[in-house]
Amino acid sequence: MKVTAPHMGKLDLIFKDIFARTGIDYVMPPRTSAKTMQLGLRYSPEFACLPLKVTIGNFIEAIEAGADTLLMAGGVGPCRFGYYAEIQKCVLQGAGYEFNMLVLEPPAAGWKLFIDTLRVLAPGKSIYQIWQIIKISFRKARVMDGLEKYALKYRAYEVHRGDTTKAHKKALEIMEPAITDREITAASEKAFAVMEAVEKDMDKSVVKVGIVGEFYILLEPFVNFDIEEYLGHMGVSLERSVYLTDWISPSPKNQIMGITDEEIAQAAKPYLNHFVGGEGLPSVGHAIIYAKEGFDGVIQLFPFTCMPDTIAKSILPQISRDFDIPVISFVIDEQTGKAGILTRLEAFIDLLASRKKHRELVGV
Amino acid sequence: MYFRGTWGCNLALSATIGIPQALLYYKYYPLWEGFLKGLGAEVVSSNVTTKRIVNAGTSVAENELCLPVKIFFGHLIELKDKVDALFVPRVISVEQGTYTCPKFLGLPDLARAVDAKLPKILDPTFNTRLGRRHFYEALFDFGKTFTNSKYKIWRAWMTGVAAQKAYQKKLLAGVSPLEALGGDAGAILSTGDLKIGIAGHPYNVHDPYINLNLIKKLKKWGAQVVTEEMILPRVLEHEANKLPKRLFWSYEREVVGAAFHWLQTRTVDGIIYILSFACGQDSLIQVLLETEAKKHEGIPFMSLVIDEHSGEAGLITRVEAFIDMLRWRSLS
Repeated sequence: MKVTAPHMGKLDLIFKDIFARTGIDYVMPPRTSAKTMQLGLRYSPEFACLPLKVTIGNFIEAIEAGADTLLMAGGVGPCRFGYYAEIQKCVLQGAGYEFNMLVLEPPAAGWKLFIDTLRVLAPGKSIYQIWQIIKISFRKARVMDGLEKYALKYRAYEVHRGDTTKAHKKALEIMEPAITDREITAASEKAFAVMEAVEKDMDKSVVKVGIVGEFYILLEPFVNFDIEEYLGHMGVSLERSVYLTDWISPSPKNQIMGITDEEIAQAAKPYLNHFVGGEGLPSVGHAIIYAKEGFDGVIQLFPFTCMPDTIAKSILPQISRDFDIPVISFVIDEQTGKAGILTRLEAFIDLLASRKKHRELVGV
Repeated sequence: MYFRGTWGCNLALSATIGIPQALLYYKYYPLWEGFLKGLGAEVVSSNVTTKRIVNAGTSVAENELCLPVKIFFGHLIELKDKVDALFVPRVISVEQGTYTCPKFLGLPDLARAVDAKLPKILDPTFNTRLGRRHFYEALFDFGKTFTNSKYKIWRAWMTGVAAQKAYQKKLLAGVSPLEALGGDAGAILSTGDLKIGIAGHPYNVHDPYINLNLIKKLKKWGAQVVTEEMILPRVLEHEANKLPKRLFWSYEREVVGAAFHWLQTRTVDGIIYILSFACGQDSLIQVLLETEAKKHEGIPFMSLVIDEHSGEAGLITRVEAFIDMLRWRSLS
């Protein structure tokens, strides 16, 4: 058995860590590229959302690299992500590929199913051992998410362009070999020290922007044209509504963000009064939270035809009006051009900067 | 500014409530009408979709929304000056363990976000996921807007349920929803040499504007038309359960169940699947249906993707070719 999983930002680091601990053979597909997209598009249903198309591409590349077992997450709705694994199976079998599909259904779909899948992924380990592995791997992943959050926030303040990105890369390299609890603690301190050592000019006037939207588009730099780094270099300090560990973990606490699901749902009232699957409710809730916290603007990113975030997009103009905060939505699919997105982003950031300057002048 | 499920004030007993003739109208109108009338309200529904309604809807809706939701907005705008309140329930789940479309989960909020000075929006929650008690509590909560008598609310609901049962019986017998709701039942059952199954969401299949009058055209060309409403729910359920993973959307389970049933029993000569562009569920179900149809040789399957730009000529050409092909097959 040679396991593989699709890419989604730094998800591969978590998988590599877990697979190394459980001792199973794995192969990761090459990083998502234009070729991945092309392969995925060839077989995917026309108006499924971009994440499905790209992950199908990932799987094809992984199979070509020798993988025979595809690991995919499941779900219980109402977002169609929960049914992706079945569709991927249908599509890839139809295209003539041979493989096993291993679907990690959330415990909500039945504990037995969940545990059985874990047992396949960790042969010969007891439930307790598996739990320990997940716990420690998650601890490491949370540190990495913390590093990312730090980079998003402070990239705008760096004195030498590109320092933060370099430091972030180095910090992740420091984290990678950490295995035991103690090693993770030591590596974490060292990694954060590297990030903090980056020379910053904290008096710089920066624009604060919150990013909301669908998790895959937010987390995978290939599909969002790495706009986080781009914005950081433009002098925009960012906060994001989705982090990998918050998203994977079933707990409603959202440790990295520090806001519970309940608080997000409360914030979204009365604009959106019920969850609508995916990131629909969080997108609305976070936009309001950002507005209340005095952010200068909100950027929403989501794939074309994404149902939950289309709902959020319909509601965001109201929030923009009522809270007096500029909001821009980007709908991304395989036709989206980088230049188009970046031009609009630049104009948006210019608007935010001049608004901010104006407000400082008139003293609002 | 916003009106939540329960308000301090009671609606006047003679309030006029509008139900848009779109989306779940085709499924639950008799239930909702009976319930609201039982509570003492006047009920008005909008008329069949027209070009004006579509234009009104598409001009206020987000681009990325599907055509049926855009049309729903158009109907809300059509009704806004005629009624005191609009009835836009939040239908979360209609059977254990499933959801409806995410857009239905957020429909009242979407309606409130429409920039068109709409009247009050009544948004009772229908959610069977949390059990019977929860469902009825939400119902009584909503009913309190009209009356304090729990008995009256209960009676109103039962009136609606009875009307709904009668309606579904008619549909099962082959009456189309619009005909059943319009009153002149039994006039349609066409006799043609071909039998075509129309799969798809009822709001696509039964709205003549959305599907460019497809059903009428098929009948004119001498084809008999069957839809999912003409199959027993038990059968739909059984067929939908054949999927390797349980589908978690109720209405899509019915679409899949109907198509699988026709393929399995070979009771139709061909299947036309109507789907709206940008519909999340349809995009995935299309894969499931096409995969299954390939396994059943001899029953041609065609998908028709529809949006606000669909042209009648393009549709006619394709459907005519499909029908010709079916006839040609039965000859050879």
